[in-house]
Amino acid sequence: MSVFSLHIWPPVLLTIELATITTLLLLVIATPLAWWLARSRAWWKEVIAAVVSLPMVLPPTVLGFYLLVALGPDGPGGAIASLWGARTLAFTFTGLVIGSILASMPFVVQPIRNAFAAIGDRPLEVAATLRASPTRAFWTVALPLASPGLLSGAVLGFAHTVGEFGVILMIGGNIPGRTRVMSTAIFDFVETMQWREANILAGGMVVFAFAVILSMILIEKRVSRARA
Amino acid sequence: MSAEAAIRAEFRGTVGKFSLDAGFTAPAKGVTALFGPSGCGKTTVLRCIAGLLRVSDGLCEIEGDVWQDRDGSFLPTHRRPLGYVFQEASLFPHLTVRRNLMFGAPRDNRGATGERVAFDEVVDLLGVAALLDRSPRHLSGGERQRVAIGRALLSQPKLLLMDEPLSALDRATKNEILPFLERLRDRLALPVVYVTHDIAEVERLADQIVLMEKGRVVAAGPLADLQSDPSLPLAMARDAAVSLNGVIESRDTHYGLLKLDVRGGQFVVPAPPARIGEHRRIRIVAGDVSLAREPPGASSILNVLPARIVSMRPVDSNEVVAVVALGPDGDGARLLSRVTRKSWDQLGLARGVSVYAQVKAVALAPGRRELD
Repeated sequence: MSVFSLHIWPPVLLTIELATITTLLLLVIATPLAWWLARSRAWWKEVIAAVVSLPMVLPPTVLGFYLLVALGPDGPGGAIASLWGARTLAFTFTGLVIGSILASMPFVVQPIRNAFAAIGDRPLEVAATLRASPTRAFWTVALPLASPGLLSGAVLGFAHTVGEFGVILMIGGNIPGRTRVMSTAIFDFVETMQWREANILAGGMVVFAFAVILSMILIEKRVSRARA
Repeated sequence: MSAEAAIRAEFRGTVGKFSLDAGFTAPAKGVTALFGPSGCGKTTVLRCIAGLLRVSDGLCEIEGDVWQDRDGSFLPTHRRPLGYVFQEASLFPHLTVRRNLMFGAPRDNRGATGERVAFDEVVDLLGVAALLDRSPRHLSGGERQRVAIGRALLSQPKLLLMDEPLSALDRATKNEILPFLERLRDRLALPVVYVTHDIAEVERLADQIVLMEKGRVVAAGPLADLQSDPSLPLAMARDAAVSLNGVIESRDTHYGLLKLDVRGGQFVVPAPPARIGEHRRIRIVAGDVSLAREPPGASSILNVLPARIVSMRPVDSNEVVAVVALGPDGDGARLLSRVTRKSWDQLGLARGVSVYAQVKAVALAPGRRELD
């Protein structure tokens, strides 16, 4: 029996779709946030940083529980869903994206923030003395210099979204074709004694995780060589 | 303020633990050196002029444009038409030399007026033509600093600020860059404020000097005036010197000598051939100038100039520093002469006395004292 005839493919494709959308949205949200955390002198910025980092230590079920409440019919998520006539964002793909964004946020913000901080004031001062407005300095100096950090953040955010299980299970409900992603599919295959499918998915994720970690190390190495 | 004081800067406040209370005015031409020991606030003043640092009580006016005023108005750095050369070249590592140079250049290059600094001119002036397509990572320290200077110039500034641009470089590289800075000063009509703690750079480059100490301005004025002011530490230093600007009047190709016209006299200087009419700056060390009441007879000393003693100040119990003005009437450029108190007394020297100032030509040879 060929691998392609197995019913592992819908969750794989859904996972890639979820992780791609989540990563792109995270780059848009996390980059300005990381910039502010790296540059601001406000004393309360670390409070915000701590809040953003909460998903790193909270049990995913806790995050999932609050998300379930927030996305449900009585929460803000329900109000948003009513805009297009739905009742709730829980157990929907949109809900999964929102949950993944929150769960993966710290893994994206941290490397980007570090990259911005590592640039220091000097290149931005130089840009200012060369008539670059703060906006232009951000796009032409800060962003290119921080690009390895953005790449790290994107890779980590993607990988973490692929690997998220608890939050997904809490708010997604593991509905085939709609919210069943790889991590929850493995759980399902094991529950239903489909060891072969579970094996392929699990093995695939090991290879994927290895590739991610190796590429992170290589990015890191390239950056430190470029800075030397 | 008169039209001549075209650079006006006054800053008062505390920056961290440092208290600053510095103000000066300078003509908007030539090089104005901010000079003083490390930690005296020179760089802080320069950063205030650039708007990189903001003290609440500040005033900054450049050729009639107000960049900062006491009423709270403050132009952000990127709206100030300045160039800034940092101590470290700080080139953008992600851009080639060419794109570094063009980073601050106005986008619209058409309709450029004659006053604009052209790309080719800067590349030529700084000798960076061969580097254009390289990455800054692969440049030497001196090359980087030259590119940084070019980058600042191409942003078409009305004022160039330089923060110890040579201090991060080794001796050989300093002496490689200095001629570029001299050419810059002579060829471009761009006022420069130049921060340094090295008197040798001041002597070679500056037209005006602002002496700073502990966050305050001790004295400010034309370089020659302050160099020959015995009430200031400059004139009393062991290696005190004056810088004189001269014009090449004639040359002696047989002996490799140039004759320079300075105010109130002429100096003979050993130097490679140069065009008549060119400007030259010579540095005359106080210890190289001896005084005589009579013109000497046969002597190896080529420079014997009539002069008049303007003032005298004892350095310690055995030496004195005299200020002499060139010309029989004492209305020319001023020199310092450091002599023993014994000579002073034996010759019966005093203020107003006519003397002959003698300087060996070899003491004026270029490159005799390079930067270290």
